[in-house]
Amino acid sequence: MALSRLSSRSTTLLQPFATTSLLRRRHISTDTTPITVETSLPFTSHLISPPSRAVETSSQELLSFFRDMALMRRMEIAADSLYKAKLIRGFCHLYDGQEAVAIGMEAAITKRDAIITSYRDHCTFLGRGGGLFEAFSELMGRTTGCSKGKGGSMHFYKKDASFYGGHGIVGAQAPLGCGLAFAQKYSKEEAVSFTLYGDGAANQGQLFEALNIAALWDLPAVLVCENNHYGMGTAEWRSAKSPAYFKRGDYVPGLKVDGMDALAVKQACKFAKEHALKNGPIILEMDTYRYHGHSMSDPGSTYRTRDEISGVRQVRDPIDRVRKLIIAHDIATEKELKDMEKEVRKEVDAAVAQAKESPIPEPSELFSNIYVKGFGAESFGADRKELRATLP
Amino acid sequence: MLAEDASFTVTHVHPMRTLDGITLPHVLRFLRFVTLPGKKKMAARIHGGAGAGAATALSTFNPKKLVAPSRTNLPAARSSKRCIVAAAGSDASKSLRVGHSQKLIANAAVATKAETSATTGTGHELLLFEALQEGLEEEMDRDPRVCVMGEDVGHYGGSYKVTKGLADKFGDLRVLDTPICENAFTGMGIGAAMTGLRPVIEGMNMGFLLLAFNQISNNCGMLHYTSGGQFTIPVVIRGPGGVGRQLGAEHSQRLESYFQSIPGIQMVACSTPYNAKGLMKAAIRSENPVILFEHVLLYNLKEKIPDEEYICNLEEAEMVRPGEHITILTYSRMRYHVMQAAKTLVNKGYDPEVIDIRSLKPFDLYTIGNSVKKTHRVLIVEECMRTGGIGASLTAAINENFHDYLDAPVMCLSSQDVPTPYAGTLEEWTVVQPAQIVTAVEQLCQ
Repeated sequence: MALSRLSSRSTTLLQPFATTSLLRRRHISTDTTPITVETSLPFTSHLISPPSRAVETSSQELLSFFRDMALMRRMEIAADSLYKAKLIRGFCHLYDGQEAVAIGMEAAITKRDAIITSYRDHCTFLGRGGGLFEAFSELMGRTTGCSKGKGGSMHFYKKDASFYGGHGIVGAQAPLGCGLAFAQKYSKEEAVSFTLYGDGAANQGQLFEALNIAALWDLPAVLVCENNHYGMGTAEWRSAKSPAYFKRGDYVPGLKVDGMDALAVKQACKFAKEHALKNGPIILEMDTYRYHGHSMSDPGSTYRTRDEISGVRQVRDPIDRVRKLIIAHDIATEKELKDMEKEVRKEVDAAVAQAKESPIPEPSELFSNIYVKGFGAESFGADRKELRATLP
Repeated sequence: MLAEDASFTVTHVHPMRTLDGITLPHVLRFLRFVTLPGKKKMAARIHGGAGAGAATALSTFNPKKLVAPSRTNLPAARSSKRCIVAAAGSDASKSLRVGHSQKLIANAAVATKAETSATTGTGHELLLFEALQEGLEEEMDRDPRVCVMGEDVGHYGGSYKVTKGLADKFGDLRVLDTPICENAFTGMGIGAAMTGLRPVIEGMNMGFLLLAFNQISNNCGMLHYTSGGQFTIPVVIRGPGGVGRQLGAEHSQRLESYFQSIPGIQMVACSTPYNAKGLMKAAIRSENPVILFEHVLLYNLKEKIPDEEYICNLEEAEMVRPGEHITILTYSRMRYHVMQAAKTLVNKGYDPEVIDIRSLKPFDLYTIGNSVKKTHRVLIVEECMRTGGIGASLTAAINENFHDYLDAPVMCLSSQDVPTPYAGTLEEWTVVQPAQIVTAVEQLCQ
């Protein structure tokens, strides 16, 4: 019986026992007592001593990791079907496989820290507190979307959660992110900015320009390279002379992290935040992988083999890793986790259905939000004494 | 003589139009579609080969064969416009060499302003770059979120001295010397603006901002729209551009034509110390991204401006000289060439109405429209290239909206479609000279 509790399979005979132990286990699963887990790989560092491999977490955190990552995964898969059903148009860049980066980062920071990323932003938006309904509405171009349907897949923003998007041009978010860090320093906010970019964007000149300024002015900027080894359709080894992206900062310290291990990501981000607040910029390279192609118009198999994709999925999948941890630490059974996934699926389906019913934008919306109204300034006019008008 | 030209009264004030929805309702308000086939054809033909400033093949342009045309030659000269260009150029080269031209223009500016300043009482006299500095300093005093970033703006004081002394007063964090990376520091300014700061980004020369085009177009102009109104980008991007100091092709660019299509930005061009200070202040206070175009040759203009605080309306054109016969629309440095031509024209008996359009995006079609309805003839004098310049857009806008009121096709004098040459005489011929303006007015007013 003891054995059956620990094994991942439970037979029907033992089910009543399993149920009672289930109730007891659910009580444990909200426990916040710390569990220490070792990261899958040690950190590799550049110009800095790496943080420890032992990460403190708790059952509540692990379960939230699991649930949130499952939600993200399910959302991306739903987006895939919606795109194929032509409800989502244009470009749709999916994040499945990389969820650990978004989740681990959120666990280490607050909503006052800023995040800015590229066009692969659906899950980052969710991590920052964005809703499924807003996300799907935006993807389908409805008014209820987070950018009122006028941005699309590549332009998710959430100002109140300090999520600055959502940018279509590769690498353009690097200077913007350093600008966010500059503003945080200027206003003495004691917060940091995480600027995410990919291995493809790592070859952009503006990244190095921004890095130079950030290092020169000691800006609290953390630059995170999500290295999924493919820049659109070109493999890393074919586009970068030096694929050690964490070392490319040269005078800026760097850390290489296993991006498929949410706990390692959490540890690295925590470490990076402390560093950036005191010493200026730091580069984190997240070694991660995307299962889909670059975007929905890319099958993803012309420049890599299906064996490679399924190999990574079997060995390094972030959700499976957390699932195994949860089961190994007795926090929940496999059945409970499967039930959680089913719940998540229902949630996503409900959001999709609701978004499908949402209204499309009015034609007048074409011209709204181009300029900002309400200048509040006074114009004296060319005749300096008489003519005054308050600008509406 | 000069005093007559210098009257600086305002014919109207219009309430500020909201910029939201300016495209569709605005056009609807001014649209009058009455087709007059003859006029339209003529417009198309002349417009195509328009004006003395049109792009002409330089191979047919032989300075040695120039003959200065007398007035009687002009009516037959439509096909020989090229000669007129050359002739004007040769005349110009004698009297308007580079340094000398600057002095003449400066004198003209001083003369035109002296009348009005004297009547409005006390003020203080300063140069245009000092006016910009004053405006910037006042805004930085007023709002701690305003900061300046650019190359050499801090310790060096600015390559044209616009930010002189500000770093000492406000510190290094508010007046930032950036490394030479326009793409990055423009992006940084925009990122900072997303959080609520109000950066003033200086391009040491406007031409360098081409390196930051992506940031200006995609992030600066469009973020307010693509984020559904969540972020505002209250940046001011400013810098000198234009032709005139023999700086060569790459440093004599006029970017207003490249930026004019970007949705979401506003563009203004200053031309006098008074409007320089006013526009700078208005641009900083505006919640929208504003690009403020200055001109390399105009920084040393002197004028008396009021002591009390004032700002200029960003979307309003300036009536420089009211008149009856023809509307001359211009901006930035060409204003002074136009005013110089205006002196000659007045002597010849014409009464031009000169409007400095100031607002390059959006156009102040209200002021312009009122003028067109009065004079029925339009001449645009600009420093942009002929192809795709501000004049081209303005011609289209006037033709679309005020077609009925035109007695003659809109004529547009622009710079030649060439890279600006280094040699002084060639550089002068690149831009429109006062003699060409006189000729064009005479042609239009026949």
